[in-house]
Amino acid sequence: MSVLTLTINGIECTGREGQTILDVIRENNIPIPALCNLKGLTPVGACRLCLVEVRGISKLVPACTTKIQEGMFIETDTEKLRTYRRILVELLFAEGNHVCASCVVNGNCDLQQLGFMVEMDHVRFDYLWQSFQIDASHPRFVADQSKCVKCTRCIRVCDEVEGAHVWDLKGRGIATRIVSGLNQPWGQVKECTQCGKCVQVCPVGALFDKTATPSEMVKDRSFLQRILEGREAKLWAR
Amino acid sequence: MGKIRIGTVWLGGCSGCHMSFLDLDERLLELAQYAEFMSSPITDWKLHTPIKEYQDYPEVDITLVEGAVVNTDNVEVLKIVRERSKLVIAFGDCAVSGNVPAYRNLFGVDDVLNAVYLEKASYNQQVPSDKTVIPKLLNKVVPISHVVKVDYFITGCPPSADTIWYTIKCLLEGRQPKFTEEHYRYG
Ligand code: SF4
Ligand code: SF4
Ligand code: SF4
Ligand code: FES
Repeated sequence: MSVLTLTINGIECTGREGQTILDVIRENNIPIPALCNLKGLTPVGACRLCLVEVRGISKLVPACTTKIQEGMFIETDTEKLRTYRRILVELLFAEGNHVCASCVVNGNCDLQQLGFMVEMDHVRFDYLWQSFQIDASHPRFVADQSKCVKCTRCIRVCDEVEGAHVWDLKGRGIATRIVSGLNQPWGQVKECTQCGKCVQVCPVGALFDKTATPSEMVKDRSFLQRILEGREAKLWAR
Repeated sequence: MGKIRIGTVWLGGCSGCHMSFLDLDERLLELAQYAEFMSSPITDWKLHTPIKEYQDYPEVDITLVEGAVVNTDNVEVLKIVRERSKLVIAFGDCAVSGNVPAYRNLFGVDDVLNAVYLEKASYNQQVPSDKTVIPKLLNKVVPISHVVKVDYFITGCPPSADTIWYTIKCLLEGRQPKFTEEHYRYG
């Protein structure tokens, strides 16, 4: 495997061929926002928060889905990127009904963290106050669409790791919604193994444990790495 | 130099932000050396709604506004306060984002009034028609920055006393508050 050299924020770094820009950014402990990306799941480039500037490319490129190339010159923290990131985060807050004070993950929320990171002291756009559904039909979990940021982490973990493929997206644009079992109430989807992986990877309060009260739900992000590394090492093979 | 003149205002909020202000505890004594309280719902000067009381709102350097803009009185009060204040600060999540009071935006105003005063009322079921009792509700609850210009935002429900202190201290010392992760909090 060949080693490539590139420059990130003026500092020379190396990466292996096939790695994404985000991989190298993370290996070098450079802070960058990323919402839809989760190590261990196929990158999809859905949220656009990891956009970076690459010299010679006029568009901003998503770091999570762009492979590194020899001699790349990357900037992760320019005025332009900061402007767009804050707009993106504000739009996410304006689109859902994120009343954090009453949310189960208040204080443990990736979207809140992003807000802090982009220094969001208020939202400059009109809040939409759309009507969303809450599905509490599952015996253990609840899906509250108003908090969903359409990162598709739940879809990917259920499909790629659990192998049950309960979740999908329906609709377009602002009408996009997650659906379980081809739009059945979650509790009626026989394929759901109740493993809770989707709940743990969901960055916000959209999927949560039924018994959790506001600010109580802490998600375990490390389980995914434990499972994937265990599989790789054939820990559970007979 | 004279003392800095401060006012606080209570719109559509639960008063929790004002309670957090009182959590400044002994720092209130320090504050009193540099600042003078011109008006607030926690002093004995009973200056909240109805709106006509606000015609006397004094000229101040800083006004902290708690609560979202939920009715026509709030809009009027906010405009008066803006005119008479050098700096207006959105004080807590309701003022900053609408927060819990804005949940009402999911329903029509009539549905809300009917639910509260007719369907859920156990006696004397009627929607108050005296506008000095219930000012006309706005169709949508909005953050104060969607009505007037706001100079600073203190997030949190309620904001922590430390963040309130940090903000006021900066302004007293003539510095711009520079908020970082330790100050931000939504909810
Ligand atoms: S999911 Fe996060 S950002 Fe949304 S309401 Fe809950 S705590 Fe706030
Ligand atoms: S439910 Fe959660 S994990 Fe699934 S798409 Fe929405 S925010 Fe992402
Ligand atoms: S921000 Fe929270 S504490 Fe302050 S008025 Fe609103 S609900 Fe009450
Ligand atoms: S993390 Fe790259 S687009 Fe979402």
